[in-house]
Amino acid sequence: MTSTVEPEVGKARLRKEDARLITGRTRWTDNLALPGMLHLAVLRSPFAHAKIVSIDVSEAKKAPGVVAVYTAKDLDPDGSIAMPCAWPITPDMKSPRRPVLAADQVNFAGEGVAVVAARSAAEAHDALEAIDVDYEDLPVVLGMENALADGAPLVHEELGTNQNAVWVFDSGEAGSGGDVGEAIAKAEVTLTRRFRQQRLVPAFMEPRSCVVDPTSAQLTMWSATQVPHILKTMSALTLGIPEHKLRVIAPDVGGGFGGKIAVLPEETMCLLVAQKLGKPVKWTESRSETMLTAHHGRDQIQDITISANRDGTVTGLKVDLLADMGAYLGLVGPGVPILGAFMFNAIYKIPAYRFACTNVFTNTTLTDAYRGAGRPEATFAIERIMDELAAELGMDPLELREKNWIKHDEFPYTTVSTLTYDSGNYEAATAKAKELFDYDGLRREQQERRDAGDPVQLGIGISTFTEMCGLAPSRVLGSLDYAAGGWEHASIRVLPTGKVEVITGASAHGQGHETAWSQIVADQLGVAFEDVEVLHGDTQSSHKGMDTYGSRSLAVGGIAVVKAAEKVVAKARKVAAHMMECAEDDLEFASGKFTVKGTESSTALGDIAFTVFAAHDLPEGMEPSLDSDATFDPENFSFPHGTHLCAMEVDTETGRVSIRKYVCVDDVGAVVNPLIVEGQVHGGLAQGIAQALFEEAVHDETGTLTTGTFADYLLPSAADLPSFVTDRTETPSTTNPLGVKGVGEAGTIASTPAVVNAVIDAVRHRGVNEIEMPLSPMRVWSAIHRGDTGAGGVGGESGGGLGSIDATGGAQ
Amino acid sequence: MRISVTVDGTTYTDDVEPRTLLVHYLRETLGKVGTVIGCDTSNCGACTVHLDGHSVKSCSVLAVQADGCEVTTIEGLARDGELHPVQRAFHDNHALQCGFCTPGMIMQSIDLLADDPDPDEQAVREGLEGNLCRCTGYQNIVRAVRDAAHQMRPGAGPEAERLTEDTASKVGGGGE
Ligand code: FES
Ligand code: FES
Repeated sequence: MTSTVEPEVGKARLRKEDARLITGRTRWTDNLALPGMLHLAVLRSPFAHAKIVSIDVSEAKKAPGVVAVYTAKDLDPDGSIAMPCAWPITPDMKSPRRPVLAADQVNFAGEGVAVVAARSAAEAHDALEAIDVDYEDLPVVLGMENALADGAPLVHEELGTNQNAVWVFDSGEAGSGGDVGEAIAKAEVTLTRRFRQQRLVPAFMEPRSCVVDPTSAQLTMWSATQVPHILKTMSALTLGIPEHKLRVIAPDVGGGFGGKIAVLPEETMCLLVAQKLGKPVKWTESRSETMLTAHHGRDQIQDITISANRDGTVTGLKVDLLADMGAYLGLVGPGVPILGAFMFNAIYKIPAYRFACTNVFTNTTLTDAYRGAGRPEATFAIERIMDELAAELGMDPLELREKNWIKHDEFPYTTVSTLTYDSGNYEAATAKAKELFDYDGLRREQQERRDAGDPVQLGIGISTFTEMCGLAPSRVLGSLDYAAGGWEHASIRVLPTGKVEVITGASAHGQGHETAWSQIVADQLGVAFEDVEVLHGDTQSSHKGMDTYGSRSLAVGGIAVVKAAEKVVAKARKVAAHMMECAEDDLEFASGKFTVKGTESSTALGDIAFTVFAAHDLPEGMEPSLDSDATFDPENFSFPHGTHLCAMEVDTETGRVSIRKYVCVDDVGAVVNPLIVEGQVHGGLAQGIAQALFEEAVHDETGTLTTGTFADYLLPSAADLPSFVTDRTETPSTTNPLGVKGVGEAGTIASTPAVVNAVIDAVRHRGVNEIEMPLSPMRVWSAIHRGDTGAGGVGGESGGGLGSIDATGGAQ
Repeated sequence: MRISVTVDGTTYTDDVEPRTLLVHYLRETLGKVGTVIGCDTSNCGACTVHLDGHSVKSCSVLAVQADGCEVTTIEGLARDGELHPVQRAFHDNHALQCGFCTPGMIMQSIDLLADDPDPDEQAVREGLEGNLCRCTGYQNIVRAVRDAAHQMRPGAGPEAERLTEDTASKVGGGGE
């Protein structure tokens, strides 16, 4: 029997989530107002490095509306509470204790020093002014190379070094390839470049917020978090709260981009204060607080050497990375560069590879996951140097890529960094992108403008990329010393009336899980899209899970949903066979009905659900429920890929750059909802382009963040971005039953190098081969007029004010 | 200070501190939490509402300045269970992801269309410059605004007519 119902998977379904979001009925954490609730405000250090000599809170305690004021000594008298880091990448990694509030010393500007609880948020903030803290300056260390220099001031004196950890992969030692030193020594061509990944702010639009209610049987915490499940377990471990006495709810969450993967000192603080006072408390940060204290992303210096034959065949790749951890370690911060380690070789067959990274402490806000985490940084470096190599060899950059990439018929392919790419078709994506872009036509125009000496030059930027999605295989994460697994969980409950509840451990924060999961379940169970309700983000209903990051929702969480549905169907089949007095094998399941093969006799899932609920006549020993529980732990990551082409106009007289055309063809495997996929790509592109052109978190020499508001940190507006041309090819993943790969990070990963390559391509004939991001008009103009050919880029590593002046020029 | 403000059709009289911002008054005093706060420098536009028919960032207006005025928030847009055409266009065009910027975007878009009922892409992009979105890359928002313009043109049906009435009363509105 063939299905009579049109499949839901693949349909551009409008989102279920929208109804509440477009009418203002959204459940943001900051919307909560519980009876008797107090408001917390945190006093933050203005200094990046200082001893706390004394704190006097006596005046603040007397301020209007104030109920209590606490310092570290009140909240954690014996200094035993430490914020968790779940990724000890090496056995000797240095892991300084990150306190809830600083007790004796502050290590970055913005670190919490005291907290006020008051009747209103305004009163709590007013009272902060009455707290008197006596600080004694300590020398500030900024910039990774400075921090590693002999005699540098130490962020944490007790560690004796600013070096956090060193992590190395060598294909010679791993047995996956040759010795890179030898490859470089023998090569016909070698190129070395230094690239800088500037520091970025994730800048989710909803500031973080936390509410804790200690008045119910379970301590209940609402938080604008990406990771409610991890937060619950970690809070229990950190504070010794019995885990079953804690319930964590992530209601609607206004974006995350990795920036809400954290177990916050403020969440811990809210738990402690609520328990002390026996009253509900709320903490909501201001945007300036977000900028200072929500973790930052990127911030790496990449020294990369590539070796090749004159014909363009790449023979070796060596990467030395410095990664700025900031003042403390975030939940997964040390592992971010490690994720990149597997992606520097990208889509290319590289016979010898060595990667080494050194993680460094400085007196800055800590860094941690930010959209793509490790992969954008890696993709940037390899795609930039491939362009440089093409220029060196006088080859078309696409031709060079094609010469080295894994061919369609070579999958599955095990790379030099030991990953096995299950599927891919770089030829197809590239061919489609070239055509949509009019690659040959734009190359001709580029030549014409060059010949005519047009002040506005045209450049074409290329980025062909892959990434590792579906962050999971627990075995692999274990081999990388990550503390937990990466599986995902789902439950399905078929209710007596035949309606369906799906519970997922993948905690959504704007991606559209409610819609996509409904589509998946509708197909699997043959029920209507509208008859499925998706529950998530509350550890009471969604009792286990690993949350959402690393584009793992669909490729891991979505498959757990499929597995759960399969269990429901298997059980329903037993009931149907019993009801229809036939063998299970005689039944076919399609469109929500079990039909006896070759007959018209059928029973719908809804009827089975009621039969099970009534439980008058069930198969011997069967429990009366049509519920299921499943976890999925994939064998492998998934590897979306794509080709992005960017045409950029560069005004050589002003340094202004503008995107003339942006085309991307992404291959994210099978697609559940093309609308959601397209939306994710658009948002990703905006973020990646913004790294190339606008955004940078800058500290001045005292460690003060000079880009601490949306007035100085340049998030692109609608007027700063073009419309994109997006398209897809579909090469299903072979490692999960839906064939899906994941899309959340693709746009961000691919677009940054495409944009930078385009700008450099436009002015390469003027002797420019590197400009540091963000490519502000001033930087572009100086590079052109200096005829800059320095591989070190403009300005080198600077934490300084020049960056901010440049960046300001960039957006306006 | 005692103020009297009509918000989404209901008149409220309250004592407020002179320093209270309109957005705090809406959220904390009236429980109108559909309007949200994304920044403290009036840069993000998340808090955009209409004050006497023109869009304002409610974090840059004092509650006392709204005394005697009419405020429309995202919660007051739908009427008799019918979404405003701009709300519907945002849904139809997948113009939102996390939805945090969305109330402000919708309020600003309505004001933009009151000024220019048939904006081209560039005009929409410039008209939304004061509202930041981190999720969508703006492309679908631009599409939604232009779609709404199309839906709302004269003769497009009863909702469009009510909108025309609304916008006719704000001729000359400059918005931000
Ligand atoms: S909250 Fe009003 S502009 Fe950002
Ligand atoms: S939809 Fe998330 S900020 Fe706009």
